[in-house]
Amino acid sequence: MADRTAIEVRDLTVAYRDKPVLWDVDLDLPAGVLMAIVGPNGAGKTTLIKSILGLVTPAAGQILVNGAAYDVQRRSVAYVPQRGSVDWDFPTSVLDVVMMGLYGRLGWLRRPGKAERETARHALSKVGMADFADRQISQLSGGQQQRVFLARALAQNASIYLMDEPFQGVDATTERAIVQLLQELRSQGSTVAVVHHDLQTVPEYFDWVLLLNVRRVAAGPVHEVFTEENLRATYGGRVPYLREAALEPPAAPFRLERAAGSE
Amino acid sequence: MNLSFPIELDFTLRTVALGAAILGIVSGTLGTYAVLRGHSLLGDAISHAALPGIAIAFLLTGIRSPFVLVLGASVAGWVGALLVLAVTKRTRVPYDASLGLVLSVFFGFGMVLLTFIQRMPSGNQAGLNNFLFGQAAALLPRDVIVMSALGVLALITTLVLWKELKLLAFDREFGSAIGLPMRAIDVVLTTLLVVAIVIGLQTVGVILMSAILIAPAAAARQWSDRLGTIVVLAALFGATAGVTGALISAATPLLPTGPTIVLCAGAIMLISLFFAPQRGLVAQGVKNRRNRKNLRELGVLEDLYTLARQHKNPLHPHQAVVLRTMTSGPESVAPGLVGLEKRGWVRSAGRDSWALTPEGYVAADLEFAKWNMDPAAGAER
Amino acid sequence: MPQLEIQLIAVVAAVACALPGAFLVLRRVSMLSDAISHSILPGIVLAFFITEDLNSPLLILGAAATGVVTAGVIETLSRTGRVREDAAIGLVFPILFSIGVILIARYAGGVHLDVDAVLLGELAFAPFNRLEFGGMDAGPKALWVMGAILLANLAFIAIFFKELKLSTFDPALAAALGFSPTLLHYLLMGSVSLTAVGAFDAVGSVLVVALIVGPPATAYLLTDKLSTLLALSAGIGATAAISGYWAAHLADASIAGSIATAVGLLFFAAFLLAPEQGVVAGIKRHRSHRRRFAQQMLLVHLLHHEGTEEAALECHPDHLQQHLRWKEDIASIAIKSALQDRLVEHDDGILRLTRQGRALARETMLA
Repeated sequence: MADRTAIEVRDLTVAYRDKPVLWDVDLDLPAGVLMAIVGPNGAGKTTLIKSILGLVTPAAGQILVNGAAYDVQRRSVAYVPQRGSVDWDFPTSVLDVVMMGLYGRLGWLRRPGKAERETARHALSKVGMADFADRQISQLSGGQQQRVFLARALAQNASIYLMDEPFQGVDATTERAIVQLLQELRSQGSTVAVVHHDLQTVPEYFDWVLLLNVRRVAAGPVHEVFTEENLRATYGGRVPYLREAALEPPAAPFRLERAAGSE
Repeated sequence: MNLSFPIELDFTLRTVALGAAILGIVSGTLGTYAVLRGHSLLGDAISHAALPGIAIAFLLTGIRSPFVLVLGASVAGWVGALLVLAVTKRTRVPYDASLGLVLSVFFGFGMVLLTFIQRMPSGNQAGLNNFLFGQAAALLPRDVIVMSALGVLALITTLVLWKELKLLAFDREFGSAIGLPMRAIDVVLTTLLVVAIVIGLQTVGVILMSAILIAPAAAARQWSDRLGTIVVLAALFGATAGVTGALISAATPLLPTGPTIVLCAGAIMLISLFFAPQRGLVAQGVKNRRNRKNLRELGVLEDLYTLARQHKNPLHPHQAVVLRTMTSGPESVAPGLVGLEKRGWVRSAGRDSWALTPEGYVAADLEFAKWNMDPAAGAER
Repeated sequence: MPQLEIQLIAVVAAVACALPGAFLVLRRVSMLSDAISHSILPGIVLAFFITEDLNSPLLILGAAATGVVTAGVIETLSRTGRVREDAAIGLVFPILFSIGVILIARYAGGVHLDVDAVLLGELAFAPFNRLEFGGMDAGPKALWVMGAILLANLAFIAIFFKELKLSTFDPALAAALGFSPTLLHYLLMGSVSLTAVGAFDAVGSVLVVALIVGPPATAYLLTDKLSTLLALSAGIGATAAISGYWAAHLADASIAGSIATAVGLLFFAAFLLAPEQGVVAGIKRHRSHRRRFAQQMLLVHLLHHEGTEEAALECHPDHLQQHLRWKEDIASIAIKSALQDRLVEHDDGILRLTRQGRALARETMLA
């Protein structure tokens, strides 16, 4: 395990219209780790990702990526936004979307050329979508759309991946494929942080977990940190149903919580 | 249509046609982005908002020069767009209400100024009134020069920023994440939109400008799924609508330009909506009918197949009346049989009885055996 | 006296528009008013060709039908899935309006329907078009027409108030309870059409939109209650009508344009000055929240590092900004206000919590 820190967050505080969305959050994410970010709605999970990416201006705090500011390290970070953040009826092809990941490298006047197309195709084959390269994105299923977004991130050849709910609304086969991909990335030494909504699968898919509810509740290896106590602290006593194998058997019955909408 | 023109009109016609073509090309191009981003009505608001700008520019300078008026229109259009954004962002007034507000208030104010100018001795009102419905026939070469210059600038900018604009329209946030200055690019796009509108104002007028932005782009969208093709087609459609409309209007008495161009654009839109291959409504209808026909035939085939498998001789004929009792849509049996016969999968055995042909049996087997729990099916194959 | 009559007509028109307008704004379909007010033009022209009489009530109804049909066409077009809803609006009404303009230009030239009037109406002439009742002058026709429409709108809203309210705020529930949202939608569109047609003659398409959207949008910044919203919209509309008239009178300018401008100015005033929703109030609130927020951050930070080894470093005022990268303004607001409120005091160069400060910090942590 590398002893580099991929992402360092210190005292991060973000406010939206003067209400705190993230407060005093600290995180030391080591390189080569596959981490889940979990918490209830409005916990600031997406905001955390966006703060790291420089999409949101914090009120206080500092974020270092690979030991430097994000602006400098941009090339090593790849972003996979929520699937619902774009209109999939847009007239463009799968290959085109993946190539968008390379626009940052091209500069102002250059058009994507053969090299870029090759990189994009390679990324598509890694997610099993090579045959779909010329397909219209409106013709894709949910799982396929997610894979295209992943391919776009893969094309950037980054060492850090930030993903927002990549398993949301995806079929079981695709989910398995994505998990495999993420674990492959991890074993190649990349760092992957994933906003995740399904507590059931955290111990199975991830090595690390960050429990977030405006404040950081706990962060660290799953087997240490993913405890009933921490979950209660994160979810305020109403913890979504969990398979009992994941924790000790509950003393009192859990209440089912419905997560509605996004943050 | 009376097509005999004196020599002078030839020159005017050329000017008119050129102006309308430029208008069409630029509106089509930038309209595509507006429509894709859901900003169709923003174009409407900007064009109405331009009116007071034109009036003020005239009041301040006293010149009815195209350059001055274009400048005034642009500034006012931009201010309108900014206000819509500001109101939507800072208050709970919804986006569409802000549009309606800016649109009607600015326009009303513009009309106040126009009537004001009307009373002025120096106010050459006729010139400014053209901005309401457009008067392509009144286009002067100097107007066309300004339009061309702006148009070329706008098109070049679009070409240069092609991939950035695509990213802006599709996934703006991702663009920011990879380090592109998306806010600046957004400003550029809005400016281009304002330019496109301002170019068209003299030809089509303030009220109808939004249709010229939207119709070519919406029409082009029906023909292609690639952004590049859509933009080119939209430009083409826009130019066609512009030139056709302008020419017809110039040649026909009592036919104002703006509305005529809009109707041409509307015609192109309707034709595209119905007759585009694949996406067109007619093509879709044909496909639907074909699907329904297939389903009908498959249904009858399946029933015949079931009967056949219960019989020692699978190619033995069965009464159509039996088929009709097996299905919940007995009226589909006859046409289904006709279709199957055409495929060579069934043959008529006289007196309304029908049998599978050997080909038909094979086809049915392929299609339906996978659902068959009958172990005999495996043995047969 | 014509002056009074004009103002009366304008006020009645404003109130008649504001009522359905409130629902359009709340339902986020304001631009349909723009669409309808433009698209009724061909309806009026065609109805005129049939009835040959500008004063016929059949004309009004026929033209109003066009408005409802327009809403239907827009809906159908966007249902095909080929054209987005906003693009559909922006397409349909210019086309219909163009048809109307061309019809007028070619076939009705000179019969009271002229292009400028279409856009602006001619309120100034309204008093001269009078209604005769058994040989007696009963007042300007426009007043009677708008008055009737105002009553119709009032009746509509009064009768369907509950249904309108429910379907506006919770269409799913309304549908589940059996109130057809589609029916209500088209009834509302009918109301808007009727109003637009009635007002057309006097005030033109542009002003109709301003009166339908503007006053309710303004009222929306001033209240949360539906009934208050309706009343305020009517009041604001009436105010704009009267003030617009006087401004036009003094400046000798277009009355309709003037009223539209007045609507805009009233909105702008509310935009800035509305007690809760206004920009000025927002700035004040923002400031006070920021102050409290910054204070809280400081207190919690001090509490965390109080009595620790790094206290000397962590609790130094400069440290907050330089080392922790707090934004400069937040840091200085935090320190200043905490000192001011005696939550924090200087102690040998570093900041230290007072007793109240510590209590408040603990409270914040538990929140």
